[in-house]
Amino acid sequence: MTRIAAVSWNTFREAVRDRVLYNLVFFALLLIATAILVGQISIGIETIVLVSLGLSAISAIGLLIAVFTGVGLVSKEIEKRTLYALLSKPLRRWEFLVGKFGGLVLTLTVNTGAMAVGLLIALLYVKHSLESGDATAFVAVYFILLKLAIVVALALLFSCFTSQLLAILFTSGLYIAGLFISEMRNLDASRVGPAARHFFTGISYLLPNFQNFDVMAAAAHARPLPGILILHNTLYAMLYCTVVLSAASVVFARKNLK
Amino acid sequence: MTSKRSIAILCLLVLPAGFAGVWRLQRSIDGDLSALHEERDEVLLRSGKMVKLLSLEYAPLMADVYWTRVVQYYGSKRERREQNLDGLWPLLDLTTTLDPNLMPAYRFGSTFLAEARPVGAGRPDYAIDLIQRGIRENPDYWRLYQDLGNVYYFSLHDNEKAAEAYNKGSRVPGAQPWMKIMGARIAERGDTRQTSRLLWSEIYQSAQDETVRENAKIHLMLLKTDDDKEQLDRLLAEYAKKTRRQAESLNELVNAGMLRGVPVDPEGVPYIVGMTGDAELNSKSPLFKLAPLYRRF
Amino acid sequence: MPEPAIEIESLTKDYPTGFLHLKTKRSLENLSMRVEEGESFGFLGPNGAGKSTTIKLLMGIIFPTSGSAKILGRPITEVEMHKDIGYLPEQPYFYDYLTAAELLDYFARFYGMRAAERKERVAKMLKKVGLETAGKIQLRKYSKGMLQRVGLAQAILHDPKVVILDEPMSGLDPIGRHEVRDIISELKRGGKTVLFSTHILTDAEMLCDKVGVIVGGKLQGVGRPDEIVGMKAHEIEIVFEADARDARSETLRGKASKSGSRYAMRVPEENVFAAIEELRAGGAKLAAVTPIKRTLEEYFLHLVEKDRAQAAAIEVSGK
Repeated sequence: MTRIAAVSWNTFREAVRDRVLYNLVFFALLLIATAILVGQISIGIETIVLVSLGLSAISAIGLLIAVFTGVGLVSKEIEKRTLYALLSKPLRRWEFLVGKFGGLVLTLTVNTGAMAVGLLIALLYVKHSLESGDATAFVAVYFILLKLAIVVALALLFSCFTSQLLAILFTSGLYIAGLFISEMRNLDASRVGPAARHFFTGISYLLPNFQNFDVMAAAAHARPLPGILILHNTLYAMLYCTVVLSAASVVFARKNLK
Repeated sequence: MTSKRSIAILCLLVLPAGFAGVWRLQRSIDGDLSALHEERDEVLLRSGKMVKLLSLEYAPLMADVYWTRVVQYYGSKRERREQNLDGLWPLLDLTTTLDPNLMPAYRFGSTFLAEARPVGAGRPDYAIDLIQRGIRENPDYWRLYQDLGNVYYFSLHDNEKAAEAYNKGSRVPGAQPWMKIMGARIAERGDTRQTSRLLWSEIYQSAQDETVRENAKIHLMLLKTDDDKEQLDRLLAEYAKKTRRQAESLNELVNAGMLRGVPVDPEGVPYIVGMTGDAELNSKSPLFKLAPLYRRF
Repeated sequence: MPEPAIEIESLTKDYPTGFLHLKTKRSLENLSMRVEEGESFGFLGPNGAGKSTTIKLLMGIIFPTSGSAKILGRPITEVEMHKDIGYLPEQPYFYDYLTAAELLDYFARFYGMRAAERKERVAKMLKKVGLETAGKIQLRKYSKGMLQRVGLAQAILHDPKVVILDEPMSGLDPIGRHEVRDIISELKRGGKTVLFSTHILTDAEMLCDKVGVIVGGKLQGVGRPDEIVGMKAHEIEIVFEADARDARSETLRGKASKSGSRYAMRVPEENVFAAIEELRAGGAKLAAVTPIKRTLEEYFLHLVEKDRAQAAAIEVSGK
């Protein structure tokens, strides 16, 4: 096992032993069951409601885990000083960061996967058989995972140089900003002025664009997605995470621990 | 590696290259997503009240966000020449629920909900719902009565209700005098081209939204072509009577001294004589394509 | 001369303090010292003197303001060098959701040990630090002393050439301390280089080949424990018995302190024979004549006093 993998595995193990995570997953499964009930009320749109609610639940739970666990990845180890012994091993600081990132992403993959299975079962129950368009719902889950990976990377970055509380604020702030990228690009120049418009257009490309990963409408209506989108979104997430983790590595490399 | 060196590598190499890649990928993704032909709003958020509840005191801010989406939605649909504008009403409904005082939304909505496809959503009933909410929440804003009157006149051909709207609006303090005049005119003469022209002129002059103004301008231009064609048809009939044959081009009229030059349409393209012997728009004119799209009144 | 195991050169560390972090506090000033291979070195000093700071600098947990250091000939910035070092942090805390065995196994992975080797080593280490039976209990249930032992175990797990221990005795009861002393002695016998910090002087005296005293961020002296305090006895203590009723020994008794039926008196070295003569003449019976060596403790207290006086002087002068 490489050193990064060792750190990842240990991070995963920590998350698994933290019983809070199981409660969250259970909660999400409950939501999906509720969605089935809600769907019965309005005829003909059970699938739409189920998929929408289910994906929303998976996304929301995933975000909670990504943000709240993500910000603790580094700062908790610094606060509790468990990091001291670890840094005395032949482990580079950036290897530690990448390992932590990998561990939480692995945790989220397993969690999201579990919830997706729940959604699949619920979908089968409601539709009795699946058509090819239903695959979109699961591509939507994969996209949620990509989105969560970016959120984890951001949380990790902030975790390296601010307190947990501030890291939560910054990460959440960036997430919300990332939901309104197209609005930023379409600002009415007559209302905000050309300078502001250029500024917002510029940063709209720098901020993580979480709208890329939002295909809930297509999933709810079982419309197929262009395959190339899956490739592009995967590359986008990988590239963005790499940039953020590089920045985190530089910040963390010369940080004096308490 | 020293920290200075790694910071330099990060700032000069990793960040620019990374974000350049991100930018490039984003363009691709934008292309992929627009090919999906879908509205951005999820089913759940169709309920304006739910969104308002979730927004708490940020409702007016969310209204602005949704307003931006309205503009973007309409623009992208027109750009892609799509006929289906079904999403316009829910978006406008949401926007005005979140902020009932957002005037541009009402004025935009009244025009483009009512206009027939593909220019608008073709739902004058929704337009009326929207305007009436606007009037309820903003009883002092007399221009909404103008918009209401226009919807009845142009889309529903209900001259009685149109005149009523104009009259009601004229009684709002601060209303301009022509509201009363317009009300009377519609009640008297009903649906005429001159009345239409007056109504569109008023919109063109008073509208603050670029898209609404542009729309009014096109209507005015097309009304002008109707006038022009009427005049030209009369001249062609005269010519046919005199020479006992149909003119095949307007140049003949010029040669006959009936016209000083071949008249041009508001876009500067000369009229032609069509197959049926009537004056027609030149197919080279931009108005030629627009004419069938805009039901002219 | 062979490469020293640890070589520190002009190491200085400033910390930002005060409002907006504008001022700095110098916690370590120009530290230079060497620890030879196979030597056991005791780092002595009161709390806050800079011992932990020095060790953390060596381990790359914090970074020097200026100066450099090498361990086994390689600069401390080279992380790969850590495979030959073992480190016990001060007041260690480990992942409380792991058991001791799991923790050691986790750490062992970083040294490239394969599964079979890890299993063997972990078992051996747990036995060595006396945690055999507690190996499968989660660390959150461990007492401070047990955590200290786990810390020691993870420091020597991979049989490193250099072992650096920050306050290894803290939190241990006398038996625990004895065990740790044994382990350190064993390391010494195995030819390892041991650097440990402590403020318990008797431990240092017992275990160290060399001792470095650090007070107020400055190295005050390095040398063998006895060298540092000076072999020379300054005073001689004479213990004698005398009859209280005997008038001849009255002056002598006056100068001495009484304990039971015995009297103890200190005289400067050069006067010892004159004093003995006086006692004999006074009819006292000699019980013991012992040279008094200045202990490490006294030397230590003396240094601390000196440092405090200097600091006070600086404050008074308003610098």
